[in-house]
This record gives sequence, structure tokens and C-alpha cells, in this order.
Amino acid sequence: MNVIHSTGFTDAVVARGLTKSFGATQVLAGIDLTVPTGSLLALLGPNGSGKTTTVRILTTLLAPDGGTAVVGGCDVTRDGVAVRRMIGLTSQQATVDDLLTGRENLELFAGLYHLGRRQARRRAQDLLERFDLAAAANRRVVTYSGGMRRRLDLAASMVSAPRILFLDEPTTGLDPRSRAELWSVIRELVAAGTTILLTTQYLEEADQLADRVVVINRGRVVADDSPAALKRQVGSERLILRLSRAEDMPRARSALGEGGTHPGAGEREITLAVQGPDHLRRTLDLLHRAGVAVEHVELCAPTLDDVFFELTAVAA
Amino acid sequence: MSAALTAAGDLRRLVVRNLRRELRIPDSLIVNTALPVIIMVLFVYVFGGAITTGSSGLAYIDFVVPAVLLMSGGYGAALTAVNIADDMTAGMIDRLRTLPIGGWTVPAGHVIASVVRNVTACGFALLAAVVLGFRPDAGLTDWALVLAVVTGYVLAMSSLAALWGLLVRSAQAAGAFSFVVLFLPYLSDGVVPAETMPDVLRDFAANQPITPIVATLRSLLLNQPMGSSGAVTAAWLAGTVLVSVPIAALLFRRRTSG
Ligand SMILES: Nc1ncnc2c1ncn2[C@@H]1O[C@H](COP(=O)(O)OP(=O)(O)OP(=O)(O)O)[C@@H](O)[C@H]1O
Ligand SMILES: [Mg+2]
Repeated sequence: MNVIHSTGFTDAVVARGLTKSFGATQVLAGIDLTVPTGSLLALLGPNGSGKTTTVRILTTLLAPDGGTAVVGGCDVTRDGVAVRRMIGLTSQQATVDDLLTGRENLELFAGLYHLGRRQARRRAQDLLERFDLAAAANRRVVTYSGGMRRRLDLAASMVSAPRILFLDEPTTGLDPRSRAELWSVIRELVAAGTTILLTTQYLEEADQLADRVVVINRGRVVADDSPAALKRQVGSERLILRLSRAEDMPRARSALGEGGTHPGAGEREITLAVQGPDHLRRTLDLLHRAGVAVEHVELCAPTLDDVFFELTAVAA
Repeated sequence: MSAALTAAGDLRRLVVRNLRRELRIPDSLIVNTALPVIIMVLFVYVFGGAITTGSSGLAYIDFVVPAVLLMSGGYGAALTAVNIADDMTAGMIDRLRTLPIGGWTVPAGHVIASVVRNVTACGFALLAAVVLGFRPDAGLTDWALVLAVVTGYVLAMSSLAALWGLLVRSAQAAGAFSFVVLFLPYLSDGVVPAETMPDVLRDFAANQPITPIVATLRSLLLNQPMGSSGAVTAAWLAGTVLVSVPIAALLFRRRTSG
């Protein structure tokens, strides 16, 4: 029983030691990741870190040089056909036909998944409604906005009702509202039991959607944890203080101890890490006793951005 | 058997998709309807008066119709290269490849769509010719053979174009194939009698495929003796298809596997 569980029935995607080079440049230097069934994993990394390459390998579009990947219990290199039957993919580039209407696109893909004519038509209609495209269904995709096109792309990946979905930067280039709309669609899919691997450059997106975050940089995994644990990893909250007078700055820093303080954005700003309310009160007391007037106090929770910069700065 | 039926269904869907696209690209529509008519008018009225048909003794319109048919069909067929390159460079190919269909159906769908629309284009050219005074002398079998030769030519050129489209990496470079196809008929016996050409060109014209294809069409359309040109035509067309299809299939597999 345990053996079966550990080899992929509770894990929809299992990649071990994936490597890939293009010519002399190594793009993936051993990627390990696991996506438990029914969860959403965010693959996070800066431009060129190997996100798309990883997704292409997991979706059978690219053969890895080394390592193994098992998707839905099937090996991507040996059993590509079976893998394709279980997955849906929304690539980074648009993968719908611009000259066809939204409906024609979905009916074409439904047909190519060998749904019957009537069934294909119903499926297309369902998806158009679900992704809020019914009103634009009979317009050519060229006339769609970026958000509509992304939604159509996502709908196209759902034609076969796949159990495992790969989304390569699904919200890049969308305005905040379209992004929020797409997020709610993605949440619904996860709630309905779909396993999703999503790549993104936006930490907020990973924070909002992911059960687990894998951060990659230059083809290597630099972190693999829950969003909360990653944030804990950068530690405490940050206190941002703005002094009333710039000339108080040296006094303020010596009162708080030079080591723990950092200059902030403005010339009157100081930031420092604080651990809990007591520490905060002590800090303000120290300043008060030193005769430093404080104009503004701000407490910031650590964000995934901090994690991201810290993790990706190391190797950069 | 059922696998073959499934593949045929996939192929039909892809052909319909490609034809739909063509109908929505103004350029393609023009290439397939107006261009054949324009070429025909140009040759008959503008060049026709200045060109003698040499020892054939034909009226120029009768002389030039086969070459115009090949230009009309060939030019459109060459666009297959652009269409395939478009699909390969855009994300569309990723979507198609994650579908449970045979990879070969994608380029095959382009080639078949090309045959459908370019044989139609030849029909427009022929219609224009008749309006301009072309009077063919051909029976039912002759017409069937004309259709076969034109279809074969368009198929051969589309397969070659597919190969080229898979070889080059951009739609712009893919477009270069059109020039070859449009130019070749000029260096044959189709537009100007080869006997009036300088030696080098005459040798080229005598040995390139367009000359026997033109001769075959002429003999079918004008009820003239065919000689060996029919067999040579069949060999050229079959040879081109048999060589370019497997190479294109191989290229497609290479291009679509990392
Ligand atoms: N077919 C290819 N040939 C050569 N190099 C490639 C190829 N595909 C990707 N690369 C290189 O591999 C590296 C990783 O690319 P990849 O597309 O996986 O990055 P990414 O994380 O998806 O980046 P982005 O955020 O910009 O989409 C890049 O440096 C890219 O130039
Ligand atoms: Mg990418």
C-alpha cells in the first residue's frame, strides 16, 4: 500500500532530478518537485530560470536529458500518450487560433478529443459560460482582450476535463481585475478536485493560490515549502520608523544599536526587525528616552517578495 | 480500421480549420480567386500580342493556359509553407501536440487544405480563360486527366512547400518558396516557346518538370498527341510527392521533439 502511495497515486506529479541542456547551456540542473493530487503547486522563478522548460517536459512536449517524471502515474518519456490523455496545458504563448471564433476553437479541440458532434457542441457551450465568454463566443479571437484570450486558453485546456492541469504564467500581462477573475476560476478548479501546477513570476499569486511553492533559480530548486513556512523563513516582521527630524538619525541609530537597523527609503526612515509586541514597545521607549521624535510607525509582515529576493539573490 | 477512421476524422477537422482560416485572410482569398484571373488577363492581353507561339501554330491564349494554371495553383500551394511555419512558431503547435491525435495529421491537414483551395483557384483561372476566348477541345476523360494533373501538381508543390516550411524557422523565410514556384513556369515552354530561348535556358527548360507538365495539359486540353510527356509528368509528380512527404514527416518529428 505504502509503495503505491509513494509512487504517485496520492501524488499527481512527481519529478526527480530533471536535467536539460540546450547546446552548451544547462537550463535545468536537477529539478525535484512533487504535486499531491488535488493540490496546487506554484513554480516560482525569475525570467529564464527554467519554468517553461520544466512544464514542457512534464507535458511531454520536450524530452529531458536526465531524471524521471511521472504524471498521473505514467512516465512522461515512456508513456507520453497516456500522460496526454490526463493533462491539460495552457502555455505561456497563446495556443488558440486567432482567426477562429471562441466557440469554433473549443469545438475544434473537443472534436480532436473525439467527443461526438453534439457532445462537443455542448461542452464548448458549457465552457464558454463557465469562463464568462458566452457573449463573445461567436467573435473571432483577434478581437478578444488579453484577459478573454487567457480565459479561452484556459477553457481550451479544460475541454477534456483533465485531472491534472499545467498553467504556464496564466496571468502574465493581465490587469489586476482580470487576474483576480482568473484566480477565482483557478480556485474553483482546485475545489472541484483538479490538480494544478502553475508557474508564475508573481509572488502574490503563489501566496494567494498555492498549497506549496517551489522556487527555482537558474535551473535549480532553491526552496520548496508552503507559502507560510517560506515567509517564516525570512523571519520576523519589519518595523519602519519615520523620524520627525533628519538630524535625530545618528542618535536614533545609536540608541537602537547600529547593527540591527537599516536606513529606510527616505532620509528620515529607519527599518529594523522586531519580534513581537514587547520588542516593539521597548524600541519606542528607547527612542523616547533618547529624545527622538517619531512621526510615523509602520509594521510590515514579511512577504513572499522578501523570500524571493533573498533566495534568488544568492545565486545571481 | 477504427484507428484509420479516427485519423480521417481528425484530418477532416484540421482541413476545415485551415480552410476556414484561409477564407478569413483577405490575402489568401485574393491569391485564390482574383490572382488567377489577373494572371490570365495579363498574359492574354498584355504579353500575348508580343509573343509568338513559334512552330506550335497555336493562338497565344491556347498556348499559355496550361502555364497560367500551374502558376495559379502553384503560388497558392507555396503558401502552405507560410501556414505551416505560422503554426510551428506560434503556440498553436503545443496545443495540437497535447491532443490525442497523430502528429502527422497537422502538416497533412495543411497540404490537403492547400490542394482543395488551389485546385479551386485553377478552376477560376480556367473560367477566366474561357471568358477571354479559350476554346478547349477535350472529352470527359481528358478533363478527368486535366483534373488529375492539376491536383497532382498542387499536391506535389504543397508537399514541397510543407517541407520548406518545416525547414525554415520563420514565416517570412517560408514565403521565399513562392518565388521559386512563381518563377519556374517562365523558364519552361509554357509562357514563351523554348525554341526561341538562348541555348542555356533552352536546355534548362527542356529538362525541368514544368515543360512536360505543360505539354501534357496542352495535349489534353487541345486534343493534341501527347508523346512521352504524360509519363514524364507522372514520374515527376509522383517522385516529388514520394520524396517530400517522408522528409517532411521526419522534419516534423524532429521539430516537435525536444
Ligand atoms: N529551445 C531552446 N533553445 C535554446 N535555449 C532555450 C530553448 N528554450 C529555452 N531556452 C533557454 O533556457 C532558459 C530557460 O528558459 P525557460 O523558458 O524555461 O525560462 P522561464 O523560467 O520559463 O522564463 P520566463 O519567465 O521568461 O518565461 C532560457 O535562458 C532560455 O533562453
Ligand atoms: Mg516561461
